[in-house]
Amino acid sequence: MRHQNATAYRFLAPYLLIFSVFWVWPIISSFLISFQATRTVPWRWAPTFNWGRLIGDPAFFNALKNTLLILVIQVPVMISLAIVMAVLLNSPLLKARGLYRFAFFAPVVVGEVAYSAVFRLMFNLNFGIINKLLNSVGLPSIDWFSNVTPAMALIMIAVTWRWAGYNAIILLAGLQSIPDDVYEAATLDRVSKVKQFFYITLPLLKPIIVFCAVLSIIGTMQLFTEPFLITERGGPGGGTETLGLLLYRQGFRSLNFGYASAVAYTMAGLAIAITLVQLWLTKEPK
Amino acid sequence: MSSRSQARLGRSIALHLFLTPLALIWLFPLWMMVVFSTMPDNGIFSPGIELLPHDNFIDNVNNLQRDTNFVGAIGISVSVAVTYTFLSVLLTSMAGWALARYNFVGKGVVVAIILGTITLPYAVVLIPQFIMVARDFQLANTWVALIVPPLFNSLGVLFMRQAFSMMPGDLFDAARVEGVKEWRIFLFVALPLARPMLAALAIILFLASWNNYLWPLLINSQPGAMTAPVALGTLIGLTKVSWGGIMAGAVMLTVPMLVVFVLLQRHFIAGIAAGAIK
Repeated sequence: MRHQNATAYRFLAPYLLIFSVFWVWPIISSFLISFQATRTVPWRWAPTFNWGRLIGDPAFFNALKNTLLILVIQVPVMISLAIVMAVLLNSPLLKARGLYRFAFFAPVVVGEVAYSAVFRLMFNLNFGIINKLLNSVGLPSIDWFSNVTPAMALIMIAVTWRWAGYNAIILLAGLQSIPDDVYEAATLDRVSKVKQFFYITLPLLKPIIVFCAVLSIIGTMQLFTEPFLITERGGPGGGTETLGLLLYRQGFRSLNFGYASAVAYTMAGLAIAITLVQLWLTKEPK
Repeated sequence: MSSRSQARLGRSIALHLFLTPLALIWLFPLWMMVVFSTMPDNGIFSPGIELLPHDNFIDNVNNLQRDTNFVGAIGISVSVAVTYTFLSVLLTSMAGWALARYNFVGKGVVVAIILGTITLPYAVVLIPQFIMVARDFQLANTWVALIVPPLFNSLGVLFMRQAFSMMPGDLFDAARVEGVKEWRIFLFVALPLARPMLAALAIILFLASWNNYLWPLLINSQPGAMTAPVALGTLIGLTKVSWGGIMAGAVMLTVPMLVVFVLLQRHFIAGIAAGAIK
């Protein structure tokens, strides 16, 4: 087939320009910046300046630890919940399906700031509806903002509420692509619904589950708004500080671009590792 | 009743008994947002349990407007989201069209770079973008700063490439035989055929721009240049601020999107299911 270089690039040029300037070049640039001392004028090439500081910085390890802790707990809980939502929403027995779908999918359109504000108010120590409800069934109030464990739990609850339905939408689309006759054959063979779930649904859904998990991990890894607004700048005392928040503080409060770029590339390294695991997990068996 | 339909009924009841409380829990924060937005501050911070809306919404809106120019911020947010959505749909569908329907030198490289970098975290480009826009181009606190950098998003390119490559090529060839120019084929044959995909893409992009927080927070931090989420975010954590007002702002940000979601659910779900928003 003949080439149509001129025509093709006329269509591509505007997008490619933006894509190069605001995506491809920054990816390279931030890698280079991470090897420079950026608080001197002009910036100075200093390969170990930021990275050396990073590996000895307790604040970095605190943020890394918090981020990984949220990842390890929140993502599996949320994905499991999303699978349950998707499977049940897909059930032919369900009545008023539209209402249930609205309930689970609605958080997808809610902005981070709006829902952070609501969660902050709902979990308020003395006047929050959550503690009032706990008290009304005889349980003590929880100080969600002054202690690390409840504060971390609150962040995880908030993120799960916001994103479970999003994952359920993707999983539901995957479920609907599984042909009905697979289940019909299994039902004829008297395979129980539970067994059908574990031996048909889950294996066929595996690539989509892995896809959702990777998206969620990469999203949660950059968690910023929730600890910024709900637990107020990663409080209490850095207890919910994440890598995203550390990057913000270093880059945009202290204007330490070199160090912040090293933090950013740590996230990129994690993302690349996770993407490679995804490729390996979803590799077609030979 | 046969034992089979009895079992079916039992399963159906169990399903609803499980799913209904879960759905109510999921709706609860949204419901409370609406309730809070209609309560005076001394009602929000009182020991009683209030689960029904009051009638203080207008006062709360006024309180919010006193704390920050929220109406102005909404105006910026709407204009930015509309412009961004239009430009992004246009640019990415042009690129998607080129990748789907032409053979050209470098096509493989372009696709490889897009796919190879799509899972990189946005955080990686944040600092260079900020340095470029704020320092090199001196564009902080402008509309251009809010609209142009986020146009790099490649979701639309992949989405529209997919859409255009599924269309029958004969259709376009027929137009070419007639001597119709390529850009006319794109505008008047391909784009109209892709209308459902364009709608799905536009909704997702509009929502992403409307809710975008981190970039506008960094680049447009001056009061008169803030978007609505940023303006609202500055109030959270302040001591002398009307929380009823903040909730009224949250409602104004959220409820229009919920209405759009209900009206255009099919497009919404198609857009999300086709890939990630990010």
